[in-house]
Amino acid sequence: MINSSLKELAIALALKKVSSVELTQLFLDRIAKLNGELNAFITVDAERSLAQARSADARISAGNAGPLTGIPVAHKDIFCAQGWLTTCGSKMLSNFVAPYDAHVIGRFNDAGSVILGKTNMDEFAMGSSNETSFYGPVKNPWNTGRVPGGSSGGSAAAVAARMAPVATATDTGGSIRQPAALTGLTGLKPTYGVVSRYGMIAFASSLDQGGILARSAEDAALMLNVMSGFDARDSTSIDRVTEDYGRELEVPGGVAPNLPLTGVRVGVVKEHFGAGLAPDVARAVQSALDELRRLGATLVDVSTPNARLGVAAYYVIAPAEASSNLSRFDGVRYGHRAKSYSNLAEMYSKSRAEGFGAEVKRRILIGTYVLSHGYYDAYYVKAQKIRRLIANDFAAAFKDCDIVVGPTSPTVAFELGAKASDPVQMYLNDVYTIPANLAGLPGMSIPCGLGEHGLPVGLHMVGNYFAEAKMLAIAHHYQCATDWHLRSPEGMSA
Amino acid sequence: MSLSIEEVHRIALLARIEVSDAEALAAQRQLNEIFSLIGEMQAVDTEGIQPMAHAQSALLRLRDDVVTEVDQHALFQSIAPQVEGGLYLVPKVIE
Amino acid sequence: MSANWEIVIGLETHVQLSTDSKIFSGSSTAFGAAPNTQASAVDIALPGVLPVANRGAVERAIRFGLGVNGGLADNINRRSEFARKNYFYPDLPKGYQISQLDLPIVNGGEIAIVSPTRGEIKVRLTRAHLEEDAGKSLHEDFHGMSGIDLNRAGTPLLEIVSEPDMRSAEEAVAYARALHAMVRWIGICDGNMQEGSFRCDANVSVRRPGEALGTRREVKNLNSFRFLQQAIEYEARWQIETLEDGGRIQQATVLFDPDSGKTRVMRSKEDAHDYRYFPDPDLLPLVVDEAWLDRVRGELPELPQQKRDRYVSAYALSSADAVALTQSRETAEYFEDMVDVLGDDAAKTVANWMMGELAAALNRDNLDIPRSPVTSRQLAGLLRRIRDNTVSGKLAKDVFDAMWQGDARGEDAADLIIEKRGLKQISDVGAIETIVDQVLAANSKSVEEFRAGKDKAFNALVGQVMKASKGKANPAQVNEILRRKLS
Repeated sequence: MINSSLKELAIALALKKVSSVELTQLFLDRIAKLNGELNAFITVDAERSLAQARSADARISAGNAGPLTGIPVAHKDIFCAQGWLTTCGSKMLSNFVAPYDAHVIGRFNDAGSVILGKTNMDEFAMGSSNETSFYGPVKNPWNTGRVPGGSSGGSAAAVAARMAPVATATDTGGSIRQPAALTGLTGLKPTYGVVSRYGMIAFASSLDQGGILARSAEDAALMLNVMSGFDARDSTSIDRVTEDYGRELEVPGGVAPNLPLTGVRVGVVKEHFGAGLAPDVARAVQSALDELRRLGATLVDVSTPNARLGVAAYYVIAPAEASSNLSRFDGVRYGHRAKSYSNLAEMYSKSRAEGFGAEVKRRILIGTYVLSHGYYDAYYVKAQKIRRLIANDFAAAFKDCDIVVGPTSPTVAFELGAKASDPVQMYLNDVYTIPANLAGLPGMSIPCGLGEHGLPVGLHMVGNYFAEAKMLAIAHHYQCATDWHLRSPEGMSA
Repeated sequence: MSLSIEEVHRIALLARIEVSDAEALAAQRQLNEIFSLIGEMQAVDTEGIQPMAHAQSALLRLRDDVVTEVDQHALFQSIAPQVEGGLYLVPKVIE
Repeated sequence: MSANWEIVIGLETHVQLSTDSKIFSGSSTAFGAAPNTQASAVDIALPGVLPVANRGAVERAIRFGLGVNGGLADNINRRSEFARKNYFYPDLPKGYQISQLDLPIVNGGEIAIVSPTRGEIKVRLTRAHLEEDAGKSLHEDFHGMSGIDLNRAGTPLLEIVSEPDMRSAEEAVAYARALHAMVRWIGICDGNMQEGSFRCDANVSVRRPGEALGTRREVKNLNSFRFLQQAIEYEARWQIETLEDGGRIQQATVLFDPDSGKTRVMRSKEDAHDYRYFPDPDLLPLVVDEAWLDRVRGELPELPQQKRDRYVSAYALSSADAVALTQSRETAEYFEDMVDVLGDDAAKTVANWMMGELAAALNRDNLDIPRSPVTSRQLAGLLRRIRDNTVSGKLAKDVFDAMWQGDARGEDAADLIIEKRGLKQISDVGAIETIVDQVLAANSKSVEEFRAGKDKAFNALVGQVMKASKGKANPAQVNEILRRKLS
């Protein structure tokens, strides 16, 4: 049951082979068994989850079930869920019981899903290893001496270790796709504006996008159908016709079943195969490209010459927005307030010094600096111009191809602590994923092999705006022909 | 370029984050490493390029001028550090 | 204070827009609610919440832009941008204020005023931008702490920035009054200064005439015209004295204390000089299209400048009269209502009465025109009786005073008072001749003097006749009959 797809679980629920309460309890037991070691969840509230499961069972009995009714879903602790502790991985919010639901949480509640728990994450989603969490690092289920990636490391570890069938996550510079790659999962970051940011605690508002960590493209499509949709409370939410993101998973008529990618043009970014890419990752990605060709796709070379500047531009834009977004954490209305202070200024500076961890403070300082008088044009405006150049590169590439592919991360999962004291090395983990956030494009990572130490490697795909259904279809056909996505960490599949 | 220790203290003050001298020194070193990475941008000619502030080219949607909110201050203040008579309390504000 | 200093003043005015809901949330903007009961999740900046802009606030800004630009839209940015102004203050829940910087919704416009020393002048507007108001810090003592009420946080404001075109406290007050009238004229603000709906910051500097601008100090939060006047007078005097004593002016933000009548430097602003503005990533570019502008323009009332032009061309009024009659929408409506009743050729008389007796009485009793005890119809009724010689111009002032005191009500109040008090002008030749004969008989000395060639004596005789008639005799007839009898 723990290895079942969402569709299989829905059928089992519909046929009453299992109840939502039983299913929820099954995963709660898995969490009880494994979380001590993996630290994937910050908050588990069995009572609350089971109460939701009972409602879901009633709904199923009444014949009102949707595709995800009764399915337990783990949520990144960045999404506000009313009545749930919502920490964002920070001491600053270690006492914050959310008084409202994020749009995403509301969508899952409406769908009848069960909130299985709140997953660990890098503090305020700032990190690529899940080591910046106030609640301690998350361990990679494939090798507990290694990181699961970040910032959605808790969601990734939870799904990879079968502690949850599926999880929500967010991605600002790669926070879904990089953990997906490092834990052998399918991760999807939709087009900016497809998933409402309302109730998703902001890191960098123009880059943040909610998405999914799942075990297959098929599961991800079901999840996106629930998560996506217009929300009037988010001014950047896009009002579009509702679509079924799974609609292209079936092989269209007239196409040979063994060549499902016939007509698909896959752009290979040549710059991604240069210095900095580990040979084991390069090998796995190369064989994935061969597989895509075997499935009927046409590979074309594309160039995104400015993408290499993505990390630099990102580390101006994201901290700038973050420095402002995190100003609301001042100890006045909620969250951590220092115990002792002698005046207002001290209350602010002590509460914030105590409430934020080192990486968050670092980024606030960077952001404050690049926006400050005399530096704004040289840094912030310059970065926004580079951002435009990167978006233009993609626009040019999509004239020649349907998706752009490459490696998700330069290496497989690295050891805990390996980069913790070297921010620049840590930041370079996201070199391949950041450009999609800057341009607002949808991105995915799918498992495509095993590298050194038997650790998973991810294939990165970037599609054009609103091309999620197409990307999911390509991923799905690849997954129908391969079994990398079915691999699970040793000892975690039963 | 490189940040002086005074600049680190100035931005920490602007950001309302208390830093000790030792923390400021460590931050100075790390920030300078990060700024050397960021500095790669400066090599690119961006003359005439329109800055991109948003990930989409859409325009602002406006809402109708209608009151939709109800009073929830009791719920909101149940998680506040210090309140009295419906007010959030803070150390004396001096103008 | 020695002469030969020029005072230079620019005003930044925060106008609360009269929307029902806040600029970025659906909370009510009603004044006076219990603390924090109108502070929603967005207003208290809970983690994860987002702003959604209010069309009503934007539309009021557009009305303003058209209103101060003669209905033309060339001062309205078709594409403007919200930016974050970052600073920490307990009444600013997000740690930033959503405002506009590089691309405000309005650039330019002007407000016409009458200066006591320079006559009619136009004060140029630099810009007007949309922003959100902050909450309030209550300084009563809560165990040594301050209380924060966020009901006002997020109330829509239009910040209107003038050029430094004013040269005295009186001009600054005239500008503030005209601006106040304008925002009420076009219905974008209730103008309630006690509730803080209209607040001024004054940038004041002094210089020797012809020299470059001096260093300015900004006097914050002046919420009455009287304080505005007092604060500028004090601040300018202080700056002049400081300079004459060999001191220097340092740029500063100061507060005016109405009790002491002095200004003092604000402590909380000392280190808040780097606002780190940047475009708000939560809010996309604000675009105003031509159709919207056309609709708003179509809904605008006739604007002060348009009225002024019409008064000058249609009624041959002076420009100064036209400015005075358009100081508020109610003033103009009062004037136009009277002209409707009396006809276009009465416009000058109406203007004289409004700026004479009526203005003096309003001023004396500290009233504005909507609260005038004498309505436009009542005053028109009186002027009609002057015109048809029922009452003399002199006695009409007594009738006006009686109406002001409420001696009679209704549109025919003037007639009732004239009747009741017997103020009707005597135009009956026989009656006047009788009085004249009596006066001539009793003033033989004056008669002799007149006949000896002293013209002054004639005036004395007229005076005696008027006195004897209790002012009611028709002066023109008195003149004519006297001359006839003396010739």
